[in-house]
Amino acid sequence: MLVFIVRRLVQAIAVMLAVAFIAFMLFQYVGDPVTHLLGQDATPAQREQLRSDLGLDKPFPVQFVRFVGNAVQGEFGLSLRQGQKVSRLLAERFPATLELALVAAVMALLLGIPMGVYAALRRGTVMSQMLMTVSLLGVSLPTFLIGILLILIFAVQLQWLPSFGRGDVTQLGAWATGLASVDGWKHLILPATTLAIFQLTLIMRLVRAEMLEVLRTDFIRFARARGLPDHLVYFGHALKNTLVPVITITGLQLGSLIAFSIITEQVFQWPGMGLLFIQAVAFADVPVMAAYLCLIALVFVTINLVVDLLYFAVDPRLRADASGVARSI
Amino acid sequence: MILSVLLMAGSTQAVTLRVANQGDAQSMDPHSLNESLQLTFTNNIYEPLVARDKKLGLSPGLATRWSQPKPTVWRFELRRGVNFHDGTPFTADDVVFSFNRAAGAGSDMQGYTNTFKEVRKIDAHTVEVETLTPFPILPDVLTNVFVMSKKWCEDNKAQAPVDRRKGIENAASFKANGTGPFRLKERQPGSRTVLVRNGTYWDKVDTNVTEVIFTPIGNAATRVAALLSGEVDVMEPVPLQDVERIKASPKLKVMQGPELRTIFLGMDQKRDELLFSNVKGKNPFKDKRVRQAFYQAIDIETIKSRVMRGAALPTALMVGPGIRGFSAEQNKRLPYDVEAAKKLLAEAGYPSGFEVALNCPNDRYVNDADICQAVAANLARIGVKVNLQTETKVTYFPKILRRDTSFYLLGWTPSTYDSHNALSALMASPTEKGQGQFNLGAYSNAKVDELTLKIQSETDQAKRNAMIKEAFEAHAADIGHLPLHQQALAWAMKRNIELVQLADNYMPYKYVVVNEKAK
Repeated sequence: MLVFIVRRLVQAIAVMLAVAFIAFMLFQYVGDPVTHLLGQDATPAQREQLRSDLGLDKPFPVQFVRFVGNAVQGEFGLSLRQGQKVSRLLAERFPATLELALVAAVMALLLGIPMGVYAALRRGTVMSQMLMTVSLLGVSLPTFLIGILLILIFAVQLQWLPSFGRGDVTQLGAWATGLASVDGWKHLILPATTLAIFQLTLIMRLVRAEMLEVLRTDFIRFARARGLPDHLVYFGHALKNTLVPVITITGLQLGSLIAFSIITEQVFQWPGMGLLFIQAVAFADVPVMAAYLCLIALVFVTINLVVDLLYFAVDPRLRADASGVARSI
Repeated sequence: MILSVLLMAGSTQAVTLRVANQGDAQSMDPHSLNESLQLTFTNNIYEPLVARDKKLGLSPGLATRWSQPKPTVWRFELRRGVNFHDGTPFTADDVVFSFNRAAGAGSDMQGYTNTFKEVRKIDAHTVEVETLTPFPILPDVLTNVFVMSKKWCEDNKAQAPVDRRKGIENAASFKANGTGPFRLKERQPGSRTVLVRNGTYWDKVDTNVTEVIFTPIGNAATRVAALLSGEVDVMEPVPLQDVERIKASPKLKVMQGPELRTIFLGMDQKRDELLFSNVKGKNPFKDKRVRQAFYQAIDIETIKSRVMRGAALPTALMVGPGIRGFSAEQNKRLPYDVEAAKKLLAEAGYPSGFEVALNCPNDRYVNDADICQAVAANLARIGVKVNLQTETKVTYFPKILRRDTSFYLLGWTPSTYDSHNALSALMASPTEKGQGQFNLGAYSNAKVDELTLKIQSETDQAKRNAMIKEAFEAHAADIGHLPLHQQALAWAMKRNIELVQLADNYMPYKYVVVNEKAK
């Protein structure tokens, strides 16, 4: 177990370095922040001066080494656009993104699993056919379109829910949460739904397919032969065995929820990291962009690790060759 | 504090104004960035010595009077009895401090202060600015240089604007203490900024607004939705395709008016061979007939009606109405005439046209990429094949500033509201000292250069205007650039809101009145 974790950590560091390298290299070509940093009246000499003061004229390896050196200490320098520490900007924006992603994930799970189970058990009924058709829409409609449609219906026409922003936030220490107030939840519903729809349909289709697969296996037939009641067969045996791939997908999707909430955040002006990233791109704010990518890479690496550990808990076959430590997880 | 604000406003009711803009002020520091959104926002909190009225004319601000005792000296008499938001009295020391701060390291206001030789205090309420050379438009220039409190800046270690070079943050980026009609209450960059009325403001103002909540909403569709759903009261800019839709709503209205910015096309007139063209060994743009052919081939009225949906003012000059030196009689375009253009092109030796690349931003000016598309279609009719290259402003500007272009689109607003700025930045020959910095095609005319230098220090206004006119005439005779139009501002708001739309795209909240009854 310990060896396993250490090995994964080493891999993680390698991945992080690679991501940092690629991010940093790519962003050298996205444009020149100096033209945006200085107004139209600045002289060429002033621009040159600023460029050299910021170290932007140094060769790429020098800039990269300095970036990594700072990043290791959790320091990504100053945002060129806002003149604030990148680490603080990200820390301020992280709660918004994480809350959005978690609520979306919970919505997708709470609705997706029962719907998938239903579609599998009641295969062929009108209701399950309809679920399958609608879910196709959910997978194929682009996020921004879903977001704009939701805004049009629920904010502009019905005026039930707000169309943008995060609403009232409550400060819990360093964490600014929107989950502690009614206003915060109201603001959360539309973006979370937008973000959840794709995941929901994905989970539903996955659960349905897996469930159908499992229901065909021998041990379900044996269970039935033993005269176990339906609900035990379905939910005790079949569903539990369905969940392994679902956990994998959900885990990875949580990462992508955080990473790809960019579009949702932009449509709903949700003050999270995705929005910060978009604004940074429009300004060639390299420190923010690179730090964001590194953070996202960290989230993916961490989630992958957690998912691997969860396998131990769910699938007994994996536990067999471990030392039994994972049993208690 | 809110209670006192309400009492001072003489109202028993709090009036909140919710404003959405496509971007956010990047800092609360009034000297950190010379950009119109930044300045229009901080202008509610901080004030200049010389202000602008509802017609962009000069009016007393923190100075009540100004005079020019010597050609190189301007004297300002300061307003008495003005306090900063924290209660500190405003004096000459604050002005000297602020002007030096604006001229110092890290400041982006150096373009306004680079004519300063010395700023000196005469007494507690008089200040003199000595300039390096006679500088007739100093009061205009100072309308964008805001005054901060010396004591507050020292207490908050904000004596200089934020220094990104050293990675040092600055309290003035998040906090503010000015003399203006509104004080900063809350600042969440990129998400919301709240202003409240300054109950002890020295001037009577129109507004009945007690609180302003400013929200940046980058996505245009969301911004329109926020207005339609009633979550914001005012928003700008309105995407042109949504103007009719908003007008159709009984609760909303749209305000459109000309902006000071002039959109134009520039051509490389320096290189002996264009970088991006199939003509080898010579540069067709060096031939005036080619430039004129391009000019007359552009169907500006159709661009106005189709691309800009009527929201543009076609122009023949490089500055628009509202800029000192603009003259309506000079503002006459050469006629749109495809046959004449073809003929000119043939005379110049290109009877079947040629190929050239046009560089264009797609996220900087109103419908910028569409304008270029239309120009390309127009030029195709005289046989010129335009290879259109549109890209985001982040990569566009560094590229054209390197002069890595043969043909480009640019927009320009003179930050001094004076023609000299446009002459010097766009039309004068590029020099080491920064003149002609945005004259990216290196258009050059000795007469224009000479006049530009003279205009800078001519203090006789009538003479000065005559020289500006002469310079514009010389530029137009050369067809140095191809002026297109002034784009229009488009703001949308609830019907019960009255505000003043200034051509420099400033929205001072002190002019905003919310009619509660009409709600």
